[in-house]
Amino acid sequence: MPEPRERSGAQGIQEALDLSLERDPSVFLIGEGVADPKGIFGTTTGLCQKYGTQRVVETPIAENGFTGIAIGAALLGQRPIVIHQRVEFALLAMEQIVNNAAKTHYVSDGAHSMPLVIRLVVGRGWGQGPLHSQSLETLFAYIPGLKVLMPATAEDCKGMLLSAIEDNNPVIFLEHRWVHFVKGNIPAGYHTTSIDGPSHLWQGDSVTVISSSYMTLESLRAAKALSKEGCDVDLFDLRVVRPLKLDEIFESVNRTGRLLVVDTGWRTLGPGAEIVAQVTESCFDNLKQPPQRLGLPDHPTPSSRSLAAAFYTYAEDIALTVGDLAGISPLATRRAADELSVERQTHPIDVPHPSFQGPF
Amino acid sequence: MDWLSKNSGSTDLDLFRRMLRIRSVEETIADRYSEQEMRCPVHLSIGQEAAAVGACAPLMAEDIIVSNHRSHSHYLAKGGDLEAMLGEIYGRVTGCCGGRGGSMHLFDTRAGVLASVPIVASTIPLAVGAALTFQQRRQGYISVAFMGDAATEEGVFHESLNFASLHALPVIFFVENNLYSVYTPLHDRQPDRSLTDYALAHAIPSEQVDGNDVEAVFQSMTRCAQRARAGKGPVLLVVDTYRWREHCGPDYDNNLGYRSENEYEKWRRRCPIETYRAQLADRGLLTPKLETRMTTEIQLEIESAFETARSAPFPDSGTVGLKVYA
Repeated sequence: MPEPRERSGAQGIQEALDLSLERDPSVFLIGEGVADPKGIFGTTTGLCQKYGTQRVVETPIAENGFTGIAIGAALLGQRPIVIHQRVEFALLAMEQIVNNAAKTHYVSDGAHSMPLVIRLVVGRGWGQGPLHSQSLETLFAYIPGLKVLMPATAEDCKGMLLSAIEDNNPVIFLEHRWVHFVKGNIPAGYHTTSIDGPSHLWQGDSVTVISSSYMTLESLRAAKALSKEGCDVDLFDLRVVRPLKLDEIFESVNRTGRLLVVDTGWRTLGPGAEIVAQVTESCFDNLKQPPQRLGLPDHPTPSSRSLAAAFYTYAEDIALTVGDLAGISPLATRRAADELSVERQTHPIDVPHPSFQGPF
Repeated sequence: MDWLSKNSGSTDLDLFRRMLRIRSVEETIADRYSEQEMRCPVHLSIGQEAAAVGACAPLMAEDIIVSNHRSHSHYLAKGGDLEAMLGEIYGRVTGCCGGRGGSMHLFDTRAGVLASVPIVASTIPLAVGAALTFQQRRQGYISVAFMGDAATEEGVFHESLNFASLHALPVIFFVENNLYSVYTPLHDRQPDRSLTDYALAHAIPSEQVDGNDVEAVFQSMTRCAQRARAGKGPVLLVVDTYRWREHCGPDYDNNLGYRSENEYEKWRRRCPIETYRAQLADRGLLTPKLETRMTTEIQLEIESAFETARSAPFPDSGTVGLKVYA
């Protein structure tokens, strides 16, 4: 493997796009702003200059239209990468995604494949409010035929995107805006990471914790603070919401007897609901406590930072829930949570936490 | 070289034969539908054959079309496999979708029928995507998006025209205006405006011809296709026609009262096949003897195709969960 260098998630995505455009002439980017001076938060910077307007296709403001155009190109064997700068814009393209992209392979009895990647950005912070912040993985993951990925680390931003572009299925690639800022040691050159299932980030026997996207980074902070108190969680980064592969989680829960799922989006009907259901079906006899879920409460995202602060889940919430599930001393749990809380208060609540540096 | 000049000595007779074949296939479907063996919705294009045949005859095998819920005529006109189409309607493993799609999802990659989808306007951007691919690969092929009049009311129709115009893509937007969206007439859905006016909004040329005149459609399509193939961009082509049978199913639905018997009879007298038969006879090209031979050949092919489709096995129920992912 080439020498790793410190890069951000956004830089990792830009590298993955650059490498894919370079190695495969059937790859092209299409979306609103792909060729503009800001280049989708720096993830497409320089690519239009390097590959030209036929391979980095700037679009009219017509989300359903250009998503369908990409699907048509994929039917002929092109490998389009569609970009919507916020998940909410992709809602205008749900007809094409759900009816055409997701079903073409099945309905054509395997004759057509759909080598399509749709990058969607989940916003957070700086008062972005209800329509620039939704983590709608459930909407996409409900649909058989789609693959739904949620990278949490800079290495996965690059490696999972490369794998997604190689894949012959429609892949929804959900990029949390704050994961764009996460730093990590990314190998130079073409280096994929798997899109088969979760990754194991922290080893322990107290509680199985599974989380996704940015919440994996909060979970990791909680895991470190709890470890100092002698409580080691078994932490997994979900990475792939569909197809859901939970074998490792079942093994872990059979060992720990305790499960916490931390969702990035709403708690109700989030991936956590499905994970808890499957774990309960598979590991019922080994569960020592009712499985727990953390996630967003049932209301839209407010803009004001004083309101938003009460909306999101933080590392200290995770630490408190784990401590309770594990049955460790309330004093130790409180110490871990307080440490996380005090540290957090040294930073603004509405920007990414600066501690999120890899490798993980 | 277009399909006809490769495959036939006479364009005129070939256009006639193709319309007659599509009419015969669909009338056989209608006749046999009550046997309750074709257990999926069917949207028959009887009365609209000239549009499909005139549009597809100038195309090359590598050109692609996309279609909608009323796709039988487009599929057959482009050269889609008849046995695979009937197999699909009968839900057999030999169907073009292996029994997974039914009548509303006909496709044939070999014949360039890329996709048919029953959500109005859903396939229009797919044709634009195909055209973008042809342009990116510098292949010189074109794509055709078949749609009804109601599709022009959908946002994605306009998104597609705008994008295709901006990039001068080789795509023909082919509107079959049959005056009704299910039972709702055009004048209850759109202001008094020509459908070709949409082309002006998107800075592309348009043509409007009699959709029951197969030669008029053929000639117009030939012009549009040459223009697109030459890299001069998309065209909106509107043809006026009429659906004879019910919106969905094998029967007639004038009894519902949404259209008048007078209107129906007026269009029926303008049958694309009868009109063209008379023209060809006047020109001395179609004799009763020739037509009898043609009809017999078509009937034999259709009977054989129905027999093949009906005797084919159903897909194994154990395969129902396969091919969700490639």
